Amino acid sequence: MHGKVRYVLLVSLALIFSLLFFYFRQKPQEAFLSCNCPPGFQRTEDNRCISRNLYMQYTSLENSGVGGLKSALPEPRDGFSPQQIDLGRYLFFDPVLSKDGSVSCASCHNPNLGFADGRATSNGVGGVKQTRSAPSLWNVSYLKSFFWDARANTLEDQMEGPLYSPTEMATTREHLLNSLNGIERYKRLFAEAFPGRESDNISIDEVYTAIAAFESSLISLNSRYDQYAHGYAKALTENEIEGLNVFRSFVARCAECHTPPLFTNQQIAVIGVPEEDGKPFDPGAQVPYHDASMRGGFKVPSLRNIAKTAPYMHAGNFKTLREATEFYNLGRGHAVPKGEDLKLHWHIWEPNLTDEEIDRLVDFMKTLTDESFLPKTPSEVPSGLPVTIETQNPT
Amino acid sequence: MKFKWILLALILFAAGMWAGRSLFPKVVSSIPAPTRVQFASQTDSTGAVVPLSNEILEVKDGGSILDAVKKANPGDLIRVYPGTYKETVYIDKDNISFQGIIIDGEWPILDGEKELNDAFLYSGNGIQIENFKIMNYKGNGIMGQAGNNFVIRNNWVIDAGVYGIFPEFGQNGLIEHNILTGIEDAAIYVGMCDNIDVRHNEVYGNVAGIEIENSRHALVENNYAHGNTGGILAFITPGLPIKTAYDIIIRNNFVVDNNHENFGAPGSIVSGIPPGTGIIIMAADEVTIENNIITGNNNTGIAITDLSMGANLSKDPESEPNPDRIVILDNYLEANGKNPVGELKILMKAKMLDRAPDIVAVGGGTGSCIRNRDRYNTYGLGDYGQCEVTDTKDITTFLLDKPVAPRQITMEEKGNLTFYGVCAGCHAYDVRMIGPPVNTIQAIYKDNPQGIADFIAAPTHKREGYPEMPPQNYLSEETRLAVANYMLKITQE
Repeated sequence: MHGKVRYVLLVSLALIFSLLFFYFRQKPQEAFLSCNCPPGFQRTEDNRCISRNLYMQYTSLENSGVGGLKSALPEPRDGFSPQQIDLGRYLFFDPVLSKDGSVSCASCHNPNLGFADGRATSNGVGGVKQTRSAPSLWNVSYLKSFFWDARANTLEDQMEGPLYSPTEMATTREHLLNSLNGIERYKRLFAEAFPGRESDNISIDEVYTAIAAFESSLISLNSRYDQYAHGYAKALTENEIEGLNVFRSFVARCAECHTPPLFTNQQIAVIGVPEEDGKPFDPGAQVPYHDASMRGGFKVPSLRNIAKTAPYMHAGNFKTLREATEFYNLGRGHAVPKGEDLKLHWHIWEPNLTDEEIDRLVDFMKTLTDESFLPKTPSEVPSGLPVTIETQNPT
Repeated sequence: MKFKWILLALILFAAGMWAGRSLFPKVVSSIPAPTRVQFASQTDSTGAVVPLSNEILEVKDGGSILDAVKKANPGDLIRVYPGTYKETVYIDKDNISFQGIIIDGEWPILDGEKELNDAFLYSGNGIQIENFKIMNYKGNGIMGQAGNNFVIRNNWVIDAGVYGIFPEFGQNGLIEHNILTGIEDAAIYVGMCDNIDVRHNEVYGNVAGIEIENSRHALVENNYAHGNTGGILAFITPGLPIKTAYDIIIRNNFVVDNNHENFGAPGSIVSGIPPGTGIIIMAADEVTIENNIITGNNNTGIAITDLSMGANLSKDPESEPNPDRIVILDNYLEANGKNPVGELKILMKAKMLDRAPDIVAVGGGTGSCIRNRDRYNTYGLGDYGQCEVTDTKDITTFLLDKPVAPRQITMEEKGNLTFYGVCAGCHAYDVRMIGPPVNTIQAIYKDNPQGIADFIAAPTHKREGYPEMPPQNYLSEETRLAVANYMLKITQE
């Protein structure tokens, strides 16, 4: 009697243990997304990644996020979960986001090329040439407007541009959701990144949130310049400090628009860059803002990691950093096409910098390079499509 | 006869002098050194005033002020003796004071020889610069980027380029007793600042005398602005990252004969200033103009305009273009508007007038007022009401009671920001990234944060299969210890 009970008990216990064993062995396979925040972020108790960096030791006037060496950055976009960020990473590198599975976000925002693509203007599906160049995504967490003409105010609004542009990724909302919902692994990953949702289906907002989460995690704030800014005088060479002084002086006036610590004041400026021969004049911000006084105006880009993202300006108008710098020294409006009446920015003038000073400026800008938080490119993505991004500058 | 009397008087005088000198020997008064207390605005990281380090570094003719800056620690005073110094002095440290020593009328001179960009360029807080003669620079005499609690006093700035004295992104600053001339933009330019007093300065022969731009809580008082293209300006300039200008008092100034030809650089905003304008308010709000003596400005005494005056500027949808809540209290205005130019001339021609009034307002704006309007010739002030306020005497300064303190941050927070902002690139809590996991490090350095702090300053290759750690010696000792302590406390990520 007792022997029988004992036997049953033993068998059932063994069963329970083996079930538990398989359950837990199963578990890690499902937990596919990282549960750690990327570097530059601290995970909170409610599983959100909050931005952390040395600039949080400082303040800025009127909380503007502009200033000098020891000034606070603008408010960052953060608070996504580690899983959302990691899911966004897969989506970012997955060509399934384009109409024909040929182009991913990373094709033009390539981590090997400063999150730009090394081209004057980018290629869309089928190699269609765009009219503007792909901007770097480093530190987009701090930006308030997107695109060269500042026509979007959130990362979510921004990504609708390339996703649905017939010449870029050329997909549609329906096509995109159908593709993703047809991939079992994505369905599992989205369920993991967005717990407690009502539907089993992937929604477009979840796609946008995950990509925005990944993009906001691209932080570059540990360059040699930053070491200098935080107080280590030896971080920069004499030449580089000389360059910094030219940069912030009111002769060159670089820092008036490329203002530290982000190296952009996030304003629109008309500077009158020449288009490549034969190309029509780009009206820039005039179009989205319906304002002729903004004709030829573009958003001031951040200069962080600028040495990694040649060629320069809105359409790769200059091949090298030196040429781009020299443009400002060649005289106010020297390249404005005949018949164009541009409201050139008042800081565009004739600084008469010497060749040495231009060299020093370039030296200084090269100190703004930091890729220590470069995210991993996934070796494979849930769609099974190949992840093919260039490792070398194509030009 | 007469001669005798004179001789007698002389003899008596000489005798008296001799007697006086013997009885009352001349006392040579001892003049104390300038009080050091004035240089003690520094704060430590808790915000409390710290004692001066009491270092005085002396720079004499032939020496370099910049070399002294490199040696100086926060709290130090750099004394510069008469001589000519051809250099750009940049200061990326806090609480450094510069004091020129003037001997027999000889000043320390900073001469840029039209080759150097700036004389003083600072980013630190608590910078004080006084008693220098600054000339022949191409950019600025004194430029500050984001330094708070500054004092710029008793300097001569002569043909120093674009701006004479230009603090930007700073709070709580005093600009007083300076003399500036020959500047091709604004001689004193307060750009994107808060809580600034500009007083007792003389500005002449510049394009703009004093400009308060996209700034708040600024007092412009007791200045003498004469012979500039425009005397005193309060502007909102569109396209800047800080968009507002308000709470500005322009009081007790002489604004006289500002009729200089405009020699601003083509394309610059001030190149649009009509010569002969005493005070210009462009788009700024809550500007009070009180008790100024404004005479002989040939375009007009006070011009108040919206952003349409800046016709050569791109629009900025985020800049509010109208001057609102302008308060014109009692002022003395006379003999202005003798020879209006530009738009005002056209406006007056249309009214069959050769002269312009003392005060002109064009463009939009609401809530403005003027006191005793019948005292002046005015144009465009139809919407202005009668002011309820009579004076601003309750406001003696916009400077803060105590220096702006740095952001309060504990050592634990410092450790936290450093760990996640820097170290997390290679170290996670319990998984291997580039370097070993934090829990492994904790096991080795239990109770030994100093060991970590020392190791990361000069790492050696320790671990098979791991790359050698790059030195983190750019972090201060304090920061290294803070992050070491923090790392030992982490329990999860």
